[in-house]
Amino acid sequence: MKFETIFSNAGEWLRGEGPHHQVVISSRVRLARNLNHHAFPGWAKKSERARILEEIKPHIEALPEMQDSYSDELQNLTALEKQVLVEKHLISREQAAKGVGSAMVINRKQTLSIMINEEDHLRMQAIRSGLQLKSVFKMIDKVDSQLEEKLDFAFHPTLGYLTACPTNVGTGMRASAMVHLPALVLSEQINQIIQAVNKIGLAVRGLYGEGTEALGNLFQVSNQTTLGEREEEMIGRLNKVIETLIEHEQNARQILLQKNLNTLLDQIGRAYGILTHAYSMTSKEALNLLSFIKLGIDLGFFPDHCREPVDELFMETQPAHLQKTSQQKLSVKERDSLRAEIVRDKLKEFKKPETHTKSENDPNEAHKNE
Amino acid sequence: MICDVCKTNSATVFLTQIVDGKMQKINLCKPCSKEKGIDDPLNFGLADQFLGLGEALEMERGGALLKCPACGFGQADFKKTGRLGCATCYDTFAEGLDSLLKAMHKGTAHIGKVPARLERTLLFNAQMKALQGELDKAVAEENYENAAEIRDRIKLLEPQSNP
Repeated sequence: MKFETIFSNAGEWLRGEGPHHQVVISSRVRLARNLNHHAFPGWAKKSERARILEEIKPHIEALPEMQDSYSDELQNLTALEKQVLVEKHLISREQAAKGVGSAMVINRKQTLSIMINEEDHLRMQAIRSGLQLKSVFKMIDKVDSQLEEKLDFAFHPTLGYLTACPTNVGTGMRASAMVHLPALVLSEQINQIIQAVNKIGLAVRGLYGEGTEALGNLFQVSNQTTLGEREEEMIGRLNKVIETLIEHEQNARQILLQKNLNTLLDQIGRAYGILTHAYSMTSKEALNLLSFIKLGIDLGFFPDHCREPVDELFMETQPAHLQKTSQQKLSVKERDSLRAEIVRDKLKEFKKPETHTKSENDPNEAHKNE
Repeated sequence: MICDVCKTNSATVFLTQIVDGKMQKINLCKPCSKEKGIDDPLNFGLADQFLGLGEALEMERGGALLKCPACGFGQADFKKTGRLGCATCYDTFAEGLDSLLKAMHKGTAHIGKVPARLERTLLFNAQMKALQGELDKAVAEENYENAAEIRDRIKLLEPQSNP
């Protein structure tokens, strides 16, 4: 399979059909594994990294899940192509910075991606739409079990799976859910919520993980510790927290509808106005405004068939996707104007939000779409 | 003297602290000392305040010039990157890592998944050990008929030794 195939097809997780997809964009679980008798990628010399890659890659390509996969070494990709994969959440920013001796293998549905020689010899992730952490874990666990029959994973009798960074030792697992929480942001409850989630040992991060901004009211919630807790327990705990977050977000949406309808309509209306009329737009602005359109769809202010084009725009307005689509490297100015054009074009069929009808409606209406 | 944190400005704040009978010294320039909130030296835990450096100091107690025999990774490298060199490093630097892991994680021992291959090996070892014990006992009791039977069972099990 070629890069172009990956690029021109949206991953399954983006199609937004999973459970609770109104609030939970995607569920993801990654496992970190290393081989015995080899230095970790960050410490290994170039030649050793090449040997590790040679040892691991054929086994990954041979996995039943990886038939008809996209497999490539990082040095064969342009900076733009790497960035596209980062925007699709198929490789990490760290992996995108790598060249010779690092590789990734991605399945056709883009639900499974395995990085070789990132921070660890193996970083394998499964990602799916909506809240389905348990099935996502099962998926990656199966891959891990298949690989461990072929590869000699570094495993310590008391510390478990050994990883380059001590923060990942034990299960080597990071489970996360990407959640869309516009109502909690609008009602200024988000900081309180983040603090509460932090207190129970979970991390809340921005769109692209560690150290990134929370754009478009999107947040990643994940486990912080990996030692001393079973994988299933951890997943169950995270799942519960996400369910609570969904509840809080839905409540906040209802309260906005009932008590702050004007503010809500103002945000959605402004977002609609700017998105359909702007001639220059940064990706940050696009994400933040699209977030309110998405909220508007969830609340019934826009018809449901608007969902897919809006979800697509979340990806298509990202800098690398934009440049890859236009087949050329663009200046920031050119990008911003092209972005505005793509957005205008896609939203031109969108009718104005149906505000007056909704305001008198049953506030529980919003739940029906779930 | 250069600042230990930014490594560019010259140091004007000198701190000495004694922890567990060990002297720790740190030199800081004015902006760095302010940034780290060192207005009141009495209220200042040297090792705790410096993320990364604190961890490295913990490791230092495990042995000043320790190097991993498998990969040549040293504690200074850990201080620099926060990453270890290879799987063996976990044994090499075990002493320093212990408290680090304790602070970082929920527990100190892994209770999750075990590679199936390893699980089979562990099971095999346990079975063999038990049989060997029985065999020794039978021989000691001069119960040779029993001993022969146990030896046969061991022979049957042996081909599985390398799953």
